[in-house]
Amino acid sequence: MVQRQYEDGIVPGRLSPGDYVQNFADLHPPLDEHEARVEADRCYFCYDAPCMHACPTSIDIPLFIRQIATGNPLGSAKTIFDQNILGGMCARVCPTETLCEEACVREAAEGKPVQIGRLQRYATDAAMGEGKQFYGRAAPTGKKVAVVGAGPAGLASAHRLAMHGHDVTVYEARPKSGGLNEYGIAAYKTPENFAQAEVDYVTAIGGIAIEHGKTLGRDLSLSGLAEAFDAVFLAMGLGGVNALRAEGEEAEGVENAVDYIANLRQARDMAQLPIGRRVVVIGGGMTAIDAAVQARLLGAEEVTICYRRGREHMNASEWEQDLAASKGVTIRHWLQPKRVIAEGGKVAAIELEYTQLSDGRLTGTGETLTLKADQVFKAIGQTFEPSVLNGSGEAIALEAGRIKVDEEGRTSMPKVWAGGDCIAGGDDLTVSAVAQGRDAAESIHRALMG
Amino acid sequence: MADIRSNFVGIKSPNPFWLASAPPTDKAYNVERAFREGWGGVVWKTLGEEGPPVVNVNGPRYGAIWGADRRLLGLNNIELITDRDLYLNLREIKQVKKNWPDRALVVSLMVPCEEEAWKTILPLVEETEADGIELNFGCPHGMSERGMGSAVGQVPEYVEMVVRWCKQYTRMPVITKLTPNITDVRKPARAAHAGGTDAVSLINTINSITAVDLDNFAPEPTIDGKGSHGGYCGPAVKPIALNMVAEIARDAETRGLPISGIGGVTTWRDAAEFLALGAGNVQVCTAAMTYGFKIVREMIEGLNNWMDAKGHASLDDVIGRAVPNVTDWQYLNLNYVTKAKIDQDLCIKCGRCHIACEDTSHQAITAMVDGARRFEVIEEECVGCNLCVNVCPVEGCIDMVPLAAGEMDRRTGKVVEAEYANWTTHPNNPMKAAAE
Repeated sequence: MVQRQYEDGIVPGRLSPGDYVQNFADLHPPLDEHEARVEADRCYFCYDAPCMHACPTSIDIPLFIRQIATGNPLGSAKTIFDQNILGGMCARVCPTETLCEEACVREAAEGKPVQIGRLQRYATDAAMGEGKQFYGRAAPTGKKVAVVGAGPAGLASAHRLAMHGHDVTVYEARPKSGGLNEYGIAAYKTPENFAQAEVDYVTAIGGIAIEHGKTLGRDLSLSGLAEAFDAVFLAMGLGGVNALRAEGEEAEGVENAVDYIANLRQARDMAQLPIGRRVVVIGGGMTAIDAAVQARLLGAEEVTICYRRGREHMNASEWEQDLAASKGVTIRHWLQPKRVIAEGGKVAAIELEYTQLSDGRLTGTGETLTLKADQVFKAIGQTFEPSVLNGSGEAIALEAGRIKVDEEGRTSMPKVWAGGDCIAGGDDLTVSAVAQGRDAAESIHRALMG
Repeated sequence: MADIRSNFVGIKSPNPFWLASAPPTDKAYNVERAFREGWGGVVWKTLGEEGPPVVNVNGPRYGAIWGADRRLLGLNNIELITDRDLYLNLREIKQVKKNWPDRALVVSLMVPCEEEAWKTILPLVEETEADGIELNFGCPHGMSERGMGSAVGQVPEYVEMVVRWCKQYTRMPVITKLTPNITDVRKPARAAHAGGTDAVSLINTINSITAVDLDNFAPEPTIDGKGSHGGYCGPAVKPIALNMVAEIARDAETRGLPISGIGGVTTWRDAAEFLALGAGNVQVCTAAMTYGFKIVREMIEGLNNWMDAKGHASLDDVIGRAVPNVTDWQYLNLNYVTKAKIDQDLCIKCGRCHIACEDTSHQAITAMVDGARRFEVIEEECVGCNLCVNVCPVEGCIDMVPLAAGEMDRRTGKVVEAEYANWTTHPNNPMKAAAE
């Protein structure tokens, strides 16, 4: 097979088949029983443990680790699922280095936290591996709840609602459930179709019907749902992508990182995925890292992340930045896109302007830099598209461009709750979406049964 | 460099670290490997009388308990005395002693509790030119069912009788090994002393079942579905051994009787502790069975360095130094008041001190101060019990700080007195009048 590694332009098959397999293998291979026992032994079983407080879903981490240490992985899994039914995915994708593991007292003690994420995966894998279901459904309440979006928030709420005896219908715009677990998130964090396996595990409780290809604002209206159901939970995530606001961004080869990643996640054969020889990613968050790293793994020769502020301002954790660096991605700071330079309608280079902070404001210095590029990924944030709510009954109050909710997840509209990335004030984490879905479900349950 | 040469009842060795009578000393191959690593001496695994050797089980002989990361804390065994031919052992003993004249080589013996049996075997051992004998009155399993081992050690009269025979029929120094499976270890020690023993060694192993196989409901180690109590040893038994050594060291009748300290010695520090409580040397087994013979290098270096750092020139400067400080509860100073103090710079905020104190002790440690996670001692509640120190994962983070005379104990509201005062004179002691 001809290696196309150094071919200019956006082409597939830059690597040999074996390279793709290796590159997209599990980033953190699962712990085996011995490794899990050794790691579990490191946990101090802290009082009112800081790791628990750092977990958005408040998993009783010391307890689940102690259950692993005592040879009770199923009990451990139940401790996790009690708080977070998507504990399997969270074990894989949580930025633990900024959550539980950052708070671990052994991080303070010796700079080496207990590997909580990997232990959580060990326990949840044990339960899911044998199809062990811990929860049954309460007696039917006769209440019906609509959930919009089958992502982490939607699934978590659906599970909890079904558990309480309500009948749940989930409307999902895409052909598959899972949301960003299925269409976002780097492939090497969730290989072997784990996202779908988890959807099956969660919905196995029963009482959850998922209708795919149903988009709010197109196939459904909020007022219609509010009328037909006893309650509605909105968890449709973010639909829009921020623009570069750089001249020439319509050139061929300038793409949304989230679309590229979604495409990659659905690809059966990575060798079929075209990727540029020189790739520039604009942005500083997790999406930028995921796009850049996967571009490298697909065989791009040069991948550069350009972020308009400093290292310390990046939303991607230090650990993620280090991961990118270890995969050969160059991260450059204090650069903002100015102009996409196209040749024959295709991107050939990108001109960037150096930036600086003066009096707390980011300004261009006027000096520029041009990087050769045959592919540019935009990863500068996603936005909520309120148009899906428009014209479907009473307007729902927004805040900072997203849906405004109270502490229980209630929107300004009666019978309507919301959670996940579409609400204001969140941190765009899978685990937070799960917490919001779960808590909104409890709130809905109280409201319906009150 | 400190001098750690040892002279134990006339038996000389380059250091006080001997391997105890056990599997590691069952044959020349192992013993020579041990000597090459630097062990000062060995007590050869127990020989029995002439005739068909004992047999061992062919299933598991050991059970264990573990700490974090499966660190072995306690080992139990159901192995018997040597299952090799008596004369093979004697030939090897003689050869090894010839090869290693500067090392101590003591032979452990266990024969039936009959004068003739002892009278017969002693000259055979003497002929090997071994340095001494150790009487195995300790093994708690198997042999005891046949009237030997701890079955003898548990009856002070038998102990005295056998020691007397041995002293009568051999010129070799006699070390009497004591069993801990007894209510008061001073009784057999006194008996051995009365019989004329040159020294005692202790402890032998402790009756134990390490675990139960919950699938088969059988004790471990399990042999075809059944288990028997075995002898427990290793780091877990060290506190029991230290106390028994100290009890003999400070007993009026046995004071000054040389003691070979055994029981969980794993590091130089353990050894130094035994020496301080009156042991003239130490014997080691489990640590070697866990890590191999090389550990003796750490023991030798560590003991040397510590003695140098503290200015102890020889073992005699250390041996027995802690004995005068072992006393009875009633003589402890009740005017000595301590309070726990947590070093906030070392604290990693695990909160174990708090929950231990809160749930199980005196509610004397905060979890929260001004809304922040912070663990501080509440002096008004602290009784100075030391539990927080014991559960803290960071060594040196919590200290017990004594209050100076004249300071107020905020728990009792009383000023700390400078004078020593113990229970015998305490007003609450109903026996006080009688004592006066």
